[in-house]
Amino acid sequence: MLPIARQSALRAIRAQSNPRPLLTPSQSSSLARLLSTLAILEQRDGKLNTGSLGAVTAGTKLGGPVHGFVAGKAAKTVAQDAAKIQGLEKVIAVENEAYERGLPENWAPLLAENIKKGGYTHVIAAHSAFGKSLLPRVAALLDVQQISDVMKIESEDTFVRPIYAGNAILTVQSTDPTKLLTVRQTSFAPAETEGGSASVEDGVDPKVASPTEWVSENLAKSDRPELASAERVVSGGRGLKSKEEFERLIPPLADALGAAIGASRAAVDSGFADNSLQVGQTGKNVAPQLYLAAGISGAIQHLAGMKDSKVIACINKDPDAPIFQVADVGLVGDLFEKVPELTEKLKAQS
Amino acid sequence: MSTKLRILVPVKRVIDYAVKPRVKSDRTGVETSGVKHSLNPFDELSIEEAVRLRERKSPVEEIVAVSAGPAKCADTLRTAMAMGADRSIHVDVPEDKALEPLGVAKLLKAIAEKEKSNLIILGKQAIDDDSGQTGQMLAGLLNWPQATQACKVSIENDTVTVEREVDGGAETLKAKLPMIITTDLRLNEPRYASLPNIMKAKKKKLEKKSLGDYGVDGNPRLKTVKVEEPPVRQGGGKVEDVDGMIAKLKELGAI
Repeated sequence: MLPIARQSALRAIRAQSNPRPLLTPSQSSSLARLLSTLAILEQRDGKLNTGSLGAVTAGTKLGGPVHGFVAGKAAKTVAQDAAKIQGLEKVIAVENEAYERGLPENWAPLLAENIKKGGYTHVIAAHSAFGKSLLPRVAALLDVQQISDVMKIESEDTFVRPIYAGNAILTVQSTDPTKLLTVRQTSFAPAETEGGSASVEDGVDPKVASPTEWVSENLAKSDRPELASAERVVSGGRGLKSKEEFERLIPPLADALGAAIGASRAAVDSGFADNSLQVGQTGKNVAPQLYLAAGISGAIQHLAGMKDSKVIACINKDPDAPIFQVADVGLVGDLFEKVPELTEKLKAQS
Repeated sequence: MSTKLRILVPVKRVIDYAVKPRVKSDRTGVETSGVKHSLNPFDELSIEEAVRLRERKSPVEEIVAVSAGPAKCADTLRTAMAMGADRSIHVDVPEDKALEPLGVAKLLKAIAEKEKSNLIILGKQAIDDDSGQTGQMLAGLLNWPQATQACKVSIENDTVTVEREVDGGAETLKAKLPMIITTDLRLNEPRYASLPNIMKAKKKKLEKKSLGDYGVDGNPRLKTVKVEEPPVRQGGGKVEDVDGMIAKLKELGAI
């Protein structure tokens, strides 16, 4: 009982002070125990998006209590599922259809209000399309310099992130009273979705109307594992020469390995593959157990998105291609011969 | 009666995308002196889109390029004008006091208000700090609608329809001007500035301003603790054939 009473008393004190001078930099270390984190959970059609659960994992690394946040049409139902996530103490739910499409125009004031009300010291979202579009807007409303694509949490105010397409690793210390972070999905594994027992609470709903209207979406449908979280990824590049060849060679190999399909920017630009499959600095970051690159030279921008893969294999006819410098297994050869051969031999073994 | 577009295009001077950056030996940052710099690739897309709006007969009144940084940003702005921006504003910020995205957003808010901009097109991220924040922050500060990672933009009267890249595909949003758009790589193919246009750009107006002119302090919120080289990955060498590849992958436990 005692710790709970103490915590709520502290929270009450914090709630009285202005959100802005909550913690001045000089105080922050001595008050580290007061920290509390809000993890933004994504949902889609009433289902939790597990890709966003890295935010919870990152939150638990900070040490204080972690609350989850969901909003949308069926937020309360989603909150019941979210309550089972390990590491969450509480789930804040705002049920309102207005938030269903994740528009930052009404989500940003929604979050700003709930952050102020909860007196959170840390707010974490996944570095997903949703998190990237939303969190900077929230940061501006709170007058905070957000930190993007965090790979590692050193302490409550010190974070590690890649810059220059991962060619340099920056450690920064934030002097802001509230720390807003988006976290790299490949650096923080999703939290377990079973075994937790968080309470569910209604959040505040400022009901700010969005000036932006959601019209439609066009999502690539696939039975394959999701690219960002797949155990294995088979990726094709410019060397495949055409969309037909890409579709003839890459999917069977991916099937043989149970892998997701990725592509280099060159392949996407040439129309071989959908843009959502792009791996790299400006596409997705992946860190699978196996990354198999066919016909990809290994430009800086591509390596930025895959060089944390456990094992990298490549097939390329140019023995001097930069991809060989990072590949654990490199095969110099014509991919039009080698890929089908590899596919056949893998199939024969399974 | 459709609204005349007054487009603001913020651009950033960054180390050229093809250069492999080198971390300084004192771990304070990345070596920038004597390194080739260029216009941030995503900002090229922004200018191109603004110019294409004009070419598509949208009622573009003016395209203003703006950059905040050291004196050499003027070159970047000349490139923007050679591509079709009408004039530009250079806000002088010393290299060692570079603005963070929040500072840039505050500056751009002040500029947008002064220039009465009603459409701001930014790159989705700068390829040096890879933050991807400025456009969204600016939209928040101005309380304007935002469409990030745009791959298609169309404007009819004062309604803007944007198709944007999201995880797993694309979605379409609609909003009324004024609006913030950030560009993604698929949006367009930027043109090369032709020599006559480069010459003409030299005559276009380039205003010099300071942060004080816009009442922005530019104090950083983040302290750089250190900048390091990423761990080097050792290539494991080559195999002779497909069987060798399968054997090696098995050995490594990847299959």
